[in-house]
Amino acid sequence: MDISDFLFLFSYFIILGISIPLLGGFMAQVFQGKKNFLTPVVEPLEKWIYRLGKIPYQKEMTWREYAKDLLIFNFLGLVVLLFLLLFQGHLPLNPEKKGNVPFGLALNTAISFMTNTNWQAYSGEQILSYASQMLGLAVQNFLSAATGMCVAITLIRGIVRRQNACIGNFWVDLTRSVLYILLPLSIVLSVFLMSQGVIQNFSDYAHVTTLEGAEQVIPMGPVASQVAIKQLGTNGGGFLGANSTHPYENPTPFSNFLQTLAILLIPAAFTYTFGSMVGYKKEGWAILAAMIILFTACLSIALWAELAGNPTLDGMAFLEGKEVRFGIVPSILWGTATTAASNGSVNSMHSSFSPLAGLIMILNMMFGEVVFGGVGAGLYGMLMFVILTVFIAGLMVGRTPEYLGKKIEAREIKMAILAVLAPSAIILVFSAIACVSKPGLSSMLHRGTPHGLSEVLYAFTSAANNNGSAFAGLNANTAFYNCLLGLSMLIGRFMVIIPVLVIAGSLGVKKYIPPSSGTFATDNGVFVILLIAMIVIVGALVFFPALALGPIVEHLLMISAG
Amino acid sequence: MAISNFFFKIVDWKMLKRACKDSFYKLHPCVQIKNPVMFVTYIGAIISGIVVIQGISSGSFSFFNFQITLWLWFTVFFANFAEAIAEGKGKAQAESLRKSRQDIYARCIRNGNEEKIPACELKKGDVVVCEAGDTIPGDGEVIEGIASVNESAITGESAPVIRESGGDRSAVTGGTKVMSDRIVIKIISEQGKSFLDHLIHLVEGASRKPTPNEVALAILLTSMTIIFLLIVASLKGFVVYSEFCSGIHQTTATLPVLIALLVCLIPTTIGGLLSAIGISGMDRLIRQNVIAMSGKAVEASGDIDVLLLDKTGTITLGDRMAMQFIPVCGHKTEALAKASHIASLSDQTPEGRSVVILAKKQFGLRAVQSTGAKFIPFSAETGMSGVDISIKDQRVSKIRKGSLEAISRFVEREGNCFPSEAKEIAEKIAKQGGTPLAVVEDKNVLGIIALQDVVKHGIRERFSELRRMGIRTIMITGDNPLTAAAIAAEAGVDDFIPQATPEIKLKRIREEQSLGHMVAMIGDGTNDAPALAQADVGVAMNSGTQAAREAGNMIDLDNNPTKLIEVVQTGKQLLMTRGALTTFSIANDVAKYFAILPAMFGTLYATNSFGPLMALGIMNLSSPQSAILSAVIFNALIIIALIPLAIKGVRCQPMDAQSLLKRNLSIYGAGGLIAPFIGIKIIDIILSWLSLV
Repeated sequence: MDISDFLFLFSYFIILGISIPLLGGFMAQVFQGKKNFLTPVVEPLEKWIYRLGKIPYQKEMTWREYAKDLLIFNFLGLVVLLFLLLFQGHLPLNPEKKGNVPFGLALNTAISFMTNTNWQAYSGEQILSYASQMLGLAVQNFLSAATGMCVAITLIRGIVRRQNACIGNFWVDLTRSVLYILLPLSIVLSVFLMSQGVIQNFSDYAHVTTLEGAEQVIPMGPVASQVAIKQLGTNGGGFLGANSTHPYENPTPFSNFLQTLAILLIPAAFTYTFGSMVGYKKEGWAILAAMIILFTACLSIALWAELAGNPTLDGMAFLEGKEVRFGIVPSILWGTATTAASNGSVNSMHSSFSPLAGLIMILNMMFGEVVFGGVGAGLYGMLMFVILTVFIAGLMVGRTPEYLGKKIEAREIKMAILAVLAPSAIILVFSAIACVSKPGLSSMLHRGTPHGLSEVLYAFTSAANNNGSAFAGLNANTAFYNCLLGLSMLIGRFMVIIPVLVIAGSLGVKKYIPPSSGTFATDNGVFVILLIAMIVIVGALVFFPALALGPIVEHLLMISAG
Repeated sequence: MAISNFFFKIVDWKMLKRACKDSFYKLHPCVQIKNPVMFVTYIGAIISGIVVIQGISSGSFSFFNFQITLWLWFTVFFANFAEAIAEGKGKAQAESLRKSRQDIYARCIRNGNEEKIPACELKKGDVVVCEAGDTIPGDGEVIEGIASVNESAITGESAPVIRESGGDRSAVTGGTKVMSDRIVIKIISEQGKSFLDHLIHLVEGASRKPTPNEVALAILLTSMTIIFLLIVASLKGFVVYSEFCSGIHQTTATLPVLIALLVCLIPTTIGGLLSAIGISGMDRLIRQNVIAMSGKAVEASGDIDVLLLDKTGTITLGDRMAMQFIPVCGHKTEALAKASHIASLSDQTPEGRSVVILAKKQFGLRAVQSTGAKFIPFSAETGMSGVDISIKDQRVSKIRKGSLEAISRFVEREGNCFPSEAKEIAEKIAKQGGTPLAVVEDKNVLGIIALQDVVKHGIRERFSELRRMGIRTIMITGDNPLTAAAIAAEAGVDDFIPQATPEIKLKRIREEQSLGHMVAMIGDGTNDAPALAQADVGVAMNSGTQAAREAGNMIDLDNNPTKLIEVVQTGKQLLMTRGALTTFSIANDVAKYFAILPAMFGTLYATNSFGPLMALGIMNLSSPQSAILSAVIFNALIIIALIPLAIKGVRCQPMDAQSLLKRNLSIYGAGGLIAPFIGIKIIDIILSWLSLV
């Protein structure tokens, strides 16, 4: 690492740190329905949408009503996107005359974008029309991100409200998430990106002859608008197959910096929104502290592993699969951010990382996408761990556990553990099936080595935790993987969202218990350490055996060979 | 001390023998299935046993598999044993209680005639007579007479107590013995539902329902068991793939090894000890002579953050003593003393007696038989007592003493007004924590008697202890606000309710509860019953009325109100023990991974006999078989090793939550990480020394 790398990391964390209270505070205002600087512009539009959709926007919902509306809305989104993909050949905005997408792939893609995973078993420029990209995928990028934000907000409301069965109005939360937060930020970011050279057009693909005289087709399209929300909404699905390694998606170091920042921007700010809405800012800072500690620890290990060089090649740097425009440190920072924050976009190929750095990428996702995590999803995922931590800690001090004045009882524990373990169970079971079945094995690029296991493990971890990044190497566009990965994404998304909504509802009706010296604080160092320990121990206990046979043995083999 | 004595002996050979026997009975699948963690171990032991038997029949007996199976069965057995030991204490107790119930005849009064019938035929509403030497046949209320009763069968306290009709000491318990006099009792409990029956059920653990926290913990443990099942099952898949990669045909991940890994990972330590912890928590209370009506109540007591205590008898010694005569309106001190003396002669309350003693001490007044004196006893309605003395001309001189309000009403009725001087003096006394008692002769207020209640020694420290644990104490008293404030300040309580009536008490409890507090209350009288029922933890004195005893969810057999502090400690201890062992159990898994995984994966991708994953074997155990067996043995033995901790509970000191958390985390969290590394290594050394593997 040289001085520019340090400056890069330093400025990244500083700017992120400054943005947290600013954006977090703003989001709290939005979700509490308070006036803010965007109100004069956005409110008329918001009211118009409510009138248009005949939405009783003043009506509060119970968790059941909220969940029902959320599920119906997401299902309709899935259906619309599915049909768009299935019939894109007959629709306009298709200058390259792309054909219809086959059903298996279309369903997998529709699930993927609806669940905020953005797993891509295809290459955008080869398969999709501009209409599918803009009206289908980009719309779901906004809506799936907003869905995550809604769920997080209901959980905060459940904690804040006292003896109240209502947790908000889904349509209002959804509209506000998009209109006040996601849309304005995306517009600003895409303008910045265009200034750096990210393309935004509806042109035909360019056909050029290279200096060597070869024919080359260069894809075009409305890229900038899609890249902005892809990064901000922790979606990660690239316009082009190469994602942000492609110069049209990520041309300059500055665009790279902005995009890396955009990955963590909203998830990090959500901790402040949380602290602000529950009325104890320190509680938000404590959660942020846990996230930052885990993040920097993972980043440090990955950087160390990557910079140590490959012993089998006389310590040569791991440069395969990396853009030399960016170099090792920005690639590893992006990789850590994109896996920590369930984003899934890439600016380098994770499969080519050193085994330990690759392990960190998988591990980041295996923690359940709670280190920053998806927009909203990261916060509610983290709060599930908080509930489990509070429960164990509460028992240790001899009190029925409580968090922010709400008692944590059997129902909350049941739901929290379901939310934490459901994705893990899916990863284990499906990966094991893939490892012993013919269709599972035949897709591996590195079949017969531990790296093949890492590929499979990465794919299911990415899908079940709604990350969407790929390790590369695995041919996932087969019936077997389209089906199992699609199922993983659905379970990983809704087996978390539903329990969270149940908890939101059940906390909301509870009485508030004022703290006494018998209650242990959840806003100090001891608790942060305990929370981190909980996340690491659960992650490690569940995945250590599998990781030992994948990246860990890869690393050991590499060392012994070198 | 029938109950207490028993528990002083933690280990008892007879009990151990019995627990061993019970542990075998508990191997029945219907019993095992109630505990999911142990049930998985149980099934694992059976499957592993089948593998061994198959091996024998196919002529390839594996001593290693046999040992694994054996230790898996030990794991199940040890968990049964822990539960049996905890239950054993209760069972022995129940037996001695049952004995006190046998062969009792009741002298039942039916249609005016006395009949002798067996106690078991008594019905609710029957009226029975008990005389000295008789055993009281059932729970009831004294409706006539007064007697001293020996309640040692229940309380272990052999000093007899007084039971009399009316008032707050009317409840009698079946199985206790009348020592003197004769009482008539109305039976108020159905057969089989008496206090004694209830007690037997409770100590036997027969009616034990899991508490809310136990349910939550059970969910956590069951979910962990399921995920570990999936981990081990999926591991088989990954191992198959890895073996295919490294071209190995003979697997180390055999069924018994996978089962061994599973049993080591699932939280058998806490799973095996969970019910023992619950049962012994209840027992610990009984050892302190407190009967909890449910485990839920014990657990709730750990959550208490507001404690309502009666002032009298709890915070203060209870008896107010006359300290000083203060005359007003120019009356002589001696005149006041004399009038007070006459008015108190027939007053048998401690206050009354103390007035007589003070008058005797200061002025040498003696009791004189005055003819025509009519004693007016204290009534709550008038708020005063006194004496009417007939003097000549049919005139009656009325002397009264009582509270300021009562006397000032009396004086006003007589056509005079209450002197402001007396009011000022009274206020001054009240401010200092005393109780002013006004004395009036006809319509002239003679003066004030200052009564003083003495705060118990050491009570202040108890309250500050409670405050450290996060519990706020509220003193309930019938005193006026000034007196109450002074005593509250002296005793160091956080708040007080002066002039408390049952309604006020109830209202206050509801208020605290609506603010989210958990309230405990101690009471004995019938008028406490509503408040006891409303409180989250209501502790009724055994000496109290039946109404109070039924309303509370705990009964204190010693009638010692400060006991609640111990009750709270026990409740907390119960949760802490569960939390500590859960943490310990989970932390243990780390070491077990480092023991078993290298043993299983050691040969994978090996170029020579050492595979790269041997690097995980940081404990450097002697062989793969020894590593796996050591982990299984450690996992089984740790249950036995922790039985005393489960039964006694973790040490619970009054300290704030933060330091408690740090302390328990460092002992059971860090300890749980380190202990198995050492334990497994030691077992490994012993195994290879004995050359068992």
